[in-house]
This record gives sequence, C-alpha cells and structure tokens, in this order.
Amino acid sequence: MAYPYTHEREVRVLSRGFGEPATRTLEGWKTLGGYEGLTKALEVGRESVIEEVKASGLRGRGGAGFPTGVKWSFMPQEKRGPHYLLCNADESEPGTFKDRELMRWTPHQVIEGCLIAAYAIQAEHVYIYCRGEFFETNQVVARAVEEAYEAGLAGEDILGSGVSIDVTVHQGAGAYICGEETALMESLEGRRGLPRVKPPFPAAIGAFGKPSTINNVETLCAVPHIIAHGGEWYRQWGTEKSPGTKLFCVSGHVRRRGNFELPMGFPLEDLLYDVCGGFEEGRTLKAVIPGGSSVPFLDADDCAGCTLDYEGVIEKGSMLGCASVMVMDDRTNIVKQVRRTVDFFAHESCGQCTPCREGTTWLSRILLRIEKGKGTEEDLDTLVDLGKQMTGTTICVLSDSAAAPVISSIEKFRDDYLALIRRGEAVGAG
Amino acid sequence: MGENGQKQDIVTLTIDGREVTVPKGTTILQAAEAVGNRIPHYCYHPGLSAPAQCRLCLVEVEGAPKLAPSCITDVQDGQVVHTESASAKGMRQGVLEFYLANHPLDCPICDQSGECKLQDYVFEEGRKHGRSREPKRVFGRDDFGGDVLFYGDRCVMCTRCVRFMDEMAQDPRLTVVERGNRSIIDTFFEEGVEGAPYAGNIVDICPVGALVSKDFLHKARAWDLDHTPSVCPNCSQGCNIDLQTRDNLVQRLKPRPNLDVNQYWMCDYGRHRYEWMNRGDRIEAPLQRGAGGHEATDWPGVLEPIFTRMADGAAPVRALASPFASNEALAALVYLVQGLGGGEIVFRSPRADEEIPLPGFPKLTRRRDLVPNRRGAELLGLSRVGEEDGTGGLEELKDHSGTLIVLGDDLTDLESDFGAHASLYLYLGSHFPPAAAEADVVMPITTHAEEEGTFTNYEGRVQRFWPALQGPGAARPAWLPLSLLAAHLNGTTPPSGADEAFVRAGELAPEFQGLTYESIGTRGALVNEPVTLPGGKLRS
Repeated sequence: MAYPYTHEREVRVLSRGFGEPATRTLEGWKTLGGYEGLTKALEVGRESVIEEVKASGLRGRGGAGFPTGVKWSFMPQEKRGPHYLLCNADESEPGTFKDRELMRWTPHQVIEGCLIAAYAIQAEHVYIYCRGEFFETNQVVARAVEEAYEAGLAGEDILGSGVSIDVTVHQGAGAYICGEETALMESLEGRRGLPRVKPPFPAAIGAFGKPSTINNVETLCAVPHIIAHGGEWYRQWGTEKSPGTKLFCVSGHVRRRGNFELPMGFPLEDLLYDVCGGFEEGRTLKAVIPGGSSVPFLDADDCAGCTLDYEGVIEKGSMLGCASVMVMDDRTNIVKQVRRTVDFFAHESCGQCTPCREGTTWLSRILLRIEKGKGTEEDLDTLVDLGKQMTGTTICVLSDSAAAPVISSIEKFRDDYLALIRRGEAVGAG
Repeated sequence: MGENGQKQDIVTLTIDGREVTVPKGTTILQAAEAVGNRIPHYCYHPGLSAPAQCRLCLVEVEGAPKLAPSCITDVQDGQVVHTESASAKGMRQGVLEFYLANHPLDCPICDQSGECKLQDYVFEEGRKHGRSREPKRVFGRDDFGGDVLFYGDRCVMCTRCVRFMDEMAQDPRLTVVERGNRSIIDTFFEEGVEGAPYAGNIVDICPVGALVSKDFLHKARAWDLDHTPSVCPNCSQGCNIDLQTRDNLVQRLKPRPNLDVNQYWMCDYGRHRYEWMNRGDRIEAPLQRGAGGHEATDWPGVLEPIFTRMADGAAPVRALASPFASNEALAALVYLVQGLGGGEIVFRSPRADEEIPLPGFPKLTRRRDLVPNRRGAELLGLSRVGEEDGTGGLEELKDHSGTLIVLGDDLTDLESDFGAHASLYLYLGSHFPPAAAEADVVMPITTHAEEEGTFTNYEGRVQRFWPALQGPGAARPAWLPLSLLAAHLNGTTPPSGADEAFVRAGELAPEFQGLTYESIGTRGALVNEPVTLPGGKLRS
C-alpha cells in the first residue's frame, strides 16, 4: 500500500517505510537496510560517529535547528557516572504530525537512531518519552523495543560489541510543555512537567541529575542513514547550512495535506502549488504558518520566493521550526485562528512564570472580545505590548511562542482586526 | 589563607553605577541587598530554594542577551548590572500588571494590606491604570487546616509555601494543582496543614494576602501595629520574635530573622501562646497584708516595712523562682538571698515529652523545656525541683518557717495555706494566685512583654528583649524591688537600669562576665564566647 499523497518530487529517506506495514517489524526494517547504521557505528567507534554526524550538518528537527553533532560533543568525554539519551517523542505542537508517523511506520528507525546516538554519547540508557495521547504509537514502539531486545540489538552486549544500552519507552501524561526538554526531564523523573532554569544545560545536569542529550525523533531517525551512507551522502540534499531532507507536515486549505519528505531549501510555493496541489477553485493564498503554531505568520507576499530551510524562512521573518506548514486561504478569519492558537498556549502554559501564566490567558480573552466585535483599537496596542512583555522574559519559550502569532498577525493582518473592531465583520467565512 | 586565596573568593561588580564587593557565589540580588538596593521579588526567599519563576527580579546585565533573574544569577568580576534601566523597570512594570490582571484588589478587607509586597511594588513602580478589561478569574477561599486560611484569588503563585513545606518542614502537604492560569495552591488531603508544627510560617512568608492566619483574621491593620524585638518565651530555644501589639495588647508573634537561632522561622506552639501576656486580672499595686486581708499601697509602703523586718533577724531563707523570670530578676533574687544569709533557691520548669525539630533546619527545635530561661537559672546557681509538668517539689518550702520569697511562680497546684508558717513571705508576681493568700507582701511585677531584660537559651545564648506593652499600674520589673531590698541589706547602691542589673549578674555567674547589653545587641551572644565590641575591642 502506498502511503497516501506521495509525490514524485519527494525524497523519501526517512519516510520510505511509510505505508508499508512490514517495516513495523524488525524483519521488514532489515530488508530496507535496517541496523546497518548501528552495525557500522559499533565498528567505527563513537568519535567517528560524532564526526560523521557533524560532517553531515544534520540539525535538530525539533524546532531549534541546533547542529546535532555539536550537541553530542557537549557531553562529557570522560564518564564519571551514567549518561542518558532522551528521545523527545512528545510531539504535540498543533500542526505537527511527523514524529507520530515515523514511530508508527518505522519504529526500528527510531530505535536504531537512539542506539547510535546513545553509543556516541556513551549513554547506557535511552528513554523514549512518548506523548501520552499516542496510544497506538506507544504500543508499536514498545513492541519494536521488545523485538530489538530479543534480537540482541538492545540491552546487554549489543551485537557482541561489549556495548550495553537499555531502551525504555516512557508514556507521557498529556502535556504540551513536556516537549520542552527540561520539562520532559522533570516529567520523566516523576514530577510536574515544569521547565528548568538553564544553565545548567542538560549536557551537564540533565535527566536524574546526570549528563543527558535530548534529540527529536526525526533527528534520530536521520542518524542511521548518515552513518550507513556517510555525511557527504546526506549533504546531496538541502543547502549548505541546512543539509538533508525534512518531513513537512502540511495542513490547511490545500488539496493534498500530509507528510512530505523534501530536501531542505525546497521552495514554499512549489510545496503549496505543486506537491500539495494548490487551493480549491477560486481560492487564493492568505497566510502560511511555516513551522508549527508557535512561529510568526507569513503572508502571501512573504511566501513568494521563500525557501524552506532554516535560513530562508528566517529571512522572511518567521522560523522553520518543526516544518509544520499550516496553510490558510482567503476564507480564513485570522483573528479566530490566532485566538485559537493562543487558547492552546494558555491551556498548556505550565503556570510557573508570571508573564506566561497571566499573559497567555489575557491575550486569549482580548482576542475573544475582538472576535465577538467588542474590541477597541487600543486593544491592538495592548496585545502587542503584552506580547512584547511575554517575549524573552520567561524560563522557557512557550510564552514567546504564544506572543509570536499575535504580534505578527497584528502586523500583517491589521485590517482583519480593524474590520472586526470597527464594523464587527469577520474577514473570511470562518 | 593567604592574600591570593582571599582575592579569588571576592568579586567586585557594579550595580547601578555603584561598586560592590561581595564573596564569590553571591547572587546579584543578594549583592544588591548588601548595599541597600532591594530588587523586587516574590518567589525568592533567603531560607528557601529559588525557582526563578516570578520574573520580577529580572535585571539588565551588560553583555547578556536577555534580562537575568537576579535571584539565581551569580555575581561575576567586572559585571555591570542595571536594576533601574528602562528595560528592567519596564519589565517589572509589565510583570506587576500581569499580577494585577486577576488580582481581586480587595485590599480594604485583606489582612495583608499595609505589609503586602504586591501593594508595595505596584505603588512604587506599577502603572497608574491597569489595562485589563477582562473578567477576573475566581478561586475563592479555602481552609488549609490549622491556623491557615487560603484566599486563592490573591495568590501570586510564588510557591514559597509549597517549598517551605517541602524543604523546611519536609512534610509536603501543599502542591500546585492544574497548570497555566488555572494553577492554584492546594492541599493533598482534607486536613491540609492541620497538625503540622511549623505550618504557621507559610503565612509569614506569603508575600501577599493569600495565606492568612485565622487567629489574626481581621484583628488589626498592619499599619496600626507596633513592633518590638523580643524573644519567644514559650520554650528554651529562644526564637527571635517580633512582638506585634496594638492598644497595649499583643496581637500576634512573628519570627524575627536570626540565622544562629531560628533563621526566619518559629514553631506554631510558640507562635500561638501569647494570650497570657494579655491577661487582664493583673496585680496593679503592691499589696500589704493587714487584718482584713491584702490592702493596696504604694512601693515605699511595702518596701520600708520589709527593710525593718529583714533587719530583725537571721531567719533561714528559701526562695522559689520562675524560669520565666529574666536573668536580671534571677540575679537580683540571688543577691537578696545572699544578703539574707544565703539559702537554697529552686525553680520548677515544665518539660514536654519530646522535641519538635524543623527538619530543614534542625537547630530550630521546639525544646523540651517549655520555659525561656532554664539555662539562665542554672547558671545563677538555682536548682530545679518538681515534676515534669512543672508542679510539685515544694513540700519543704510549703511549711518553711523562715523567710520565704516567691518570684513569678504561679503556684497553681498549691492551696491558700502555702507559706502559712513563714516568718516573712514575699510574693512577687503578675497575677494573684490563691497560694499567695498568706504572703505578707505581694509585689506586682511586669511580664517579659512589658520589661527590658535577657533570657539565656538552651545553648547559652543570652538574648535581649524589649518592652512592648505598658505594665499595669505600679507593676515594675522584678529586678527592681529585689535589687532595692538587696542593696538595702548589703549596703550597696541598686543598679540604675536593666543593663546594669545584667552586668551585676556577671559577678554571680562567670559565664555572663564581660557581656553587656551593647555586645548582646539584637542577635544575642553566647555566654563566655569572645565578642567584638563596637570599636573593635575584643572581649575574652
């Protein structure tokens, strides 16, 4: 069965098992070259693994885009106690659905990536922190971990190399904030998922107070391929600064929605009009959120000539984030869209820091009032001002994330707000 | 340590244009405080861990990409900090506005009003007008058990209370439930903090009116209270307290920071035992026993006949003192007994079955001795008699036929025939018990809340207390009449004040020698421990 919505311009490296039930099993994964990366990694040694990943230029796929190999090299070279590798599978950003697919179609890809990374950073234990709502995914990964243990690919003395790495699948309890790396550690340790103050960074004091590295599922999935085929091979796709392929989660008002694996630097317009089939008859592009609900909006002008790599999107005033492309056509009521996004952040704020705890709810209430036609023009100034107060002032970036769409939408779609404020008219049908 | 070693441990930075030199490891907030610059904060408390979550103490550090939480940012050499820059001030103003977005602003009926950090900070730096037009979140009121009431709407979510119960009481009974704007402090179980022996401290450390004391509820406004530094008299730990009074009545006891004794805390046992200081049935005038019972007179009226009677005879003398009496009063009593030819002085002192330590700072313990000055009494040569509950032990004294002096002991377990055989029975007390019926003379004395003096705590720390209340009528500190009598007998001059009375105690007990009120100060001083006097003089 072909995975729905494949397109000939896709480069299916990570997603090549999508839609193939066989790849969920160890045997099926091996037919696709599974665990070759791990075997090779154990042969070449951990320093070479880190060098190869550095050479590939792989950057963190969770949103921040930090070079993975560099992150690994922050771990203490001399081991003084346990090291941990954490796989961040708490994918919960609205509009993002790539890790779920990677886990449910290619669980062994995730596990293999985890094992290689754990080997590279000298971790003896991998925790796959899986989003609480992913019941099926959880079971698929847990079953795959069992298979890996039975095949001697995890646990004691992996493939006779003398290296021992345990793998534990930990199911979260359903909090967006636990996708923040330090909140994830708190949650993993059994406490409330509250982000920690950094520094200290996880490579110094992470999970259980020990040096830890935390990587996104997609990042780890790229690792086996890089090790098996080399960093240079990975660089055949993408740009100089953003190499490789990336899964784009497209949702919204395009004809074909779904996960598309494309080389970095792919033109946004090609994604919208070619890969995704464009808009419905008579509809035009209004806005795109290119990186999940926590990044600023791009309007139609911004989209023109925008390339989907970390630098290209920043150039247009937004961020690639985790490449969750939410597309809105001219029917969209931007105010409502923003209010619903802020509602999400207000609901998911952990409540530690005052600007976030109070600010997210306040923003959402003002937006709701505007949406109902009871706003004033001063409200727009207040929104922007509150948004600025919430940016860069808290322990983690959830607060910034809530403020970004508000500030950017007022900047780019002020007329939509004014139509509601002055005439009580929503632009777009809803 | 050499000079180089010392240099490494010292950091010099600039805060608001002012050079500050502090030890390495100090935070910016502490360094600023050391030069009198109090950076606003809620979640930070010097006795607890700092989660850096209130975001009020953010300051501008030159070269840093973002504002830094001063409560957890360590000072660095050459650092340049601005607490009053536009960005830092704007940030504070913004955070304060966030706090007010859901605050009920019920200051007129809030107990914290007048000592509320939200009030203070908003008054100092807040916006003139809030911009929030949205309906406020409502949590309502909750009984947290014990003496603690919780007003959820006023809470600023600093979590000091949760951390106190976790870190100091090590009895995690409070937690934050829910998240985001719905976060609220709650108890795990229905009983809340009921029975937690140090729970009253969460009311003290709450920077706003979210946690209030049921006992103090609507009793007084903060600005109407007078504050007097004192020492808790309810056990021999000697916690430093702030005795808060209004209309000549004690309204509440609050801990006064002293890192050597009680840090920032005190126990609920001590905190809630102050009503006796407000008793109305006081002896207000010296009483002289006549044919028809006791009659009120004045001080010369009682003292002069005693001078005469004491001069008469060398009757054996015995005395009973209370360990609630100050070092000064006890020393004066010893002088008097010596002047009368000497005799045994005993005291009775109730002892609890167990100690109640504060696990996070076990040096602070509700001690077994439920009196403030047992150690002082022992240093002055007094010996303890009686039972663990502070009764009994007076079988011989009861029928003593010579001179009998009772200082402060309430004699609650004794009948009115106590002292009936004494040739002279002097009773000095603040209340008139039945067992004083046979006293030839009853002298009204002040309580520790009404006089200046010192107690010696369990570890031998001499600590001063100051008068917080006006004593009733002619009541005087016990050391005064006792010293007058002793001076008359011994042919000396009486001490001119409590400070001199204390110095004279040093002549009786070498442990007190060299200590003065000045060297004891507000923090106390251990007996026979070198103390640097102002001016650098070292007392050995």
